[in-house]
Amino acid sequence: MKINFALIGNPNSGKTTLFNQMTGSSQRVGNFPGVTVEKKDGQVRGHKGVTVTDLPGIYSLSPYTAEEVVTRDFLIFEKPDAIINIIDATNLERNLYLTLQLMELNVPMILALNMMDEIRSSGISINVRKLEELLGIPVVPISASKNQGVDELTHRAIKCAEARILPKNVDFCTGYVHNAIHSIAHLIGDEAQAAGLPLRYAATKIVEGDHLVFERLKLQDPEIDIIQHIVDDMESHLNTDREAAMADMRYCYIESLCKECITKAGDSKEHLRSLRIDSVMTHKYFAIPIFLGIMFIIFWLTFNVFGAALSDLLSAGIDRLTAAADEALSGANVSPALHSLIINGVFAGVGSVLSFLPIIVVLFFFLSILEDSGYMARVAFVMDKLLRKIGLSGRSFVPMLIGFGCSVPAILASRTLASDRDRKMTIVLTPFMSCSAKLPIYALFTAAFFTEHQSLVMIGLYVMGMVVAVLSGLLLKNTVFEGKPIPFVMELPSYRMPAAKSVLLRMWERAMDFIKRAFTVIFVMTIIIWVLQSFDFGLNMVPDAGDSMLASIGKLIAPIFAPMGFADWRAATALVTGLTAKEAVVSTFAILLGAEDIGAAAPLLSQIFTPLSAFAFLTFTLLYMPCVAAMAAMKREMGGWRNAALAMAYQTATAWVIAFIVYRIGLLFF
Amino acid sequence: MTLDQLKTGSKGIIKSVGGEGALRRRLLDMGLTPNTIVMVRKVAPLGDPIELNLRNYELTIRQDDARKIEVQEVAE
Repeated sequence: MKINFALIGNPNSGKTTLFNQMTGSSQRVGNFPGVTVEKKDGQVRGHKGVTVTDLPGIYSLSPYTAEEVVTRDFLIFEKPDAIINIIDATNLERNLYLTLQLMELNVPMILALNMMDEIRSSGISINVRKLEELLGIPVVPISASKNQGVDELTHRAIKCAEARILPKNVDFCTGYVHNAIHSIAHLIGDEAQAAGLPLRYAATKIVEGDHLVFERLKLQDPEIDIIQHIVDDMESHLNTDREAAMADMRYCYIESLCKECITKAGDSKEHLRSLRIDSVMTHKYFAIPIFLGIMFIIFWLTFNVFGAALSDLLSAGIDRLTAAADEALSGANVSPALHSLIINGVFAGVGSVLSFLPIIVVLFFFLSILEDSGYMARVAFVMDKLLRKIGLSGRSFVPMLIGFGCSVPAILASRTLASDRDRKMTIVLTPFMSCSAKLPIYALFTAAFFTEHQSLVMIGLYVMGMVVAVLSGLLLKNTVFEGKPIPFVMELPSYRMPAAKSVLLRMWERAMDFIKRAFTVIFVMTIIIWVLQSFDFGLNMVPDAGDSMLASIGKLIAPIFAPMGFADWRAATALVTGLTAKEAVVSTFAILLGAEDIGAAAPLLSQIFTPLSAFAFLTFTLLYMPCVAAMAAMKREMGGWRNAALAMAYQTATAWVIAFIVYRIGLLFF
Repeated sequence: MTLDQLKTGSKGIIKSVGGEGALRRRLLDMGLTPNTIVMVRKVAPLGDPIELNLRNYELTIRQDDARKIEVQEVAE
């Protein structure tokens, strides 16, 4: 028998840890159709034909966020065989709020009472039998991080699904709310059945005023009038509105439930420890220096210690492989075109992108730790005020900071943001943070033109990137991303030790994803650029890069840059090759200027640039569309090429405008 | 008084929750319902948002949103 479980729970309830324990590494990551909300499927270990779907972490089934809407639609229309609802036993009240809503869906359901190890060690005691009895669903105490009780949970969940044990109809409401729900349930029975909605769920949501359920039921005017009357009546008796009345009812029921089931209450040790940690981490004066210190250490470890060493190792390996392939190809006497395709196209292109892999993986390792430990929520708390003015919340701070290292992990890190709008906006702004691959370009140009003010120019570029991001944020907030941002009402979860398994699995997932992309999207794009670089329009291979299609394209687009003083085809060509990886700008200049090596290219640059137009060029380089690896990440996280292309067009247009302004203002002074 | 006026370290009992749409629903869903006791635990280093303790967990909300929640201060 095939069984599919839906795993669902609050954020920070240990849901991902449980999912990893249940499935091991047999996971498939995907998106819900049409939205960038992630969904994971996995095969339950040791049970053939049993699968589990990990749904997004949510607090409620309200109609206001994409995560909540896809979750409830999934539960109602995809009909999983059972819901496994994981809840944090150290935070019963708030976690049970979702449970009560899930029980209305008429799907077999089992409760996984997580963090029971913390409960026991803190001397708190919960009467599991009583909870089971009152809720009318099986309750299994577990500790996901210690893998305790997970097997029993799986067994009982399978039983629950096979026997199709539906949740008891818990009457959590009393008085006027109760009456309203029942009257409305009588009224909408046929419509609910026609729409395929569980009756009780539909009735409660109508009382709540859920517009999506209203639309789905296709109610007639007379019914809408009666419903309005019932609700008005309820509201006037309770002296409150429908949404508050329902939330209040649920919480009141939960409070009485907890009173009966928690036989010995208290704070968990982990909670108290968290408060002590936070007295330092979110301290009035220490918080920001500590945060900057942590980020500094992460960057240092990534770029100077692990990442750099691993990257060097990897590129040495790639170089050796390239040399071996080169020799083999020469020996085999293949045509020069094929030879060049493999060596200069595939190996050089994919190789240069792949050498970023260690940095991305290492950065992701640290990001996962920040996220899983609970510190990321503190960063959002501390930094929120800074980002609010540009229409984002504190959560976007970390992805943007990571952007100074590499845009790829920064864009991927935006996935943890709470709303689609915040995610997209962060992705558009992140590439304005000057990534580390642009440093060689700055180094080349400052050495050529600004020897006396080298560091000043570099710092100026970094600051300009940030200023443009802020201005862009203000602009986008009032245009494309108009509308209400998701409210910043965020839980500060207890600090917990990140589970090694989760961190490693996520790193593995990212690495594989990046490699897959390197050999698909990035592979194709580097070959296109190689073809452009190596052939003329007659498809003859050209010995001199100056005769290639790319050079022709460079000549074609060069006039675009005339207003900022560098209408030279070599500059335009370098910008195009910079799309494979930004540092390719440097080697392209070296080739096109006929320099022996990169160092010799610097003095030759004055053939093309004045110091002012050089600065305009740097400005453009800083801001224009990111490299192919980042493009692939944007496509993935923005849900398709259309959005990614729009974002890149916006970035490139911004780059042009700012470079133009810089050049024109500069002309007034120099 | 409103929640943003509550001093750090003091407690209040919620009288009503204002705001609208997604924000209000979110406040209610997170347990800020009438008659709940909340404690203002901390103010963020830059003066906003604030950290609350309610229902035995920590929640952070912005000052602007706290202003929409009516509370009555309770003595320890």
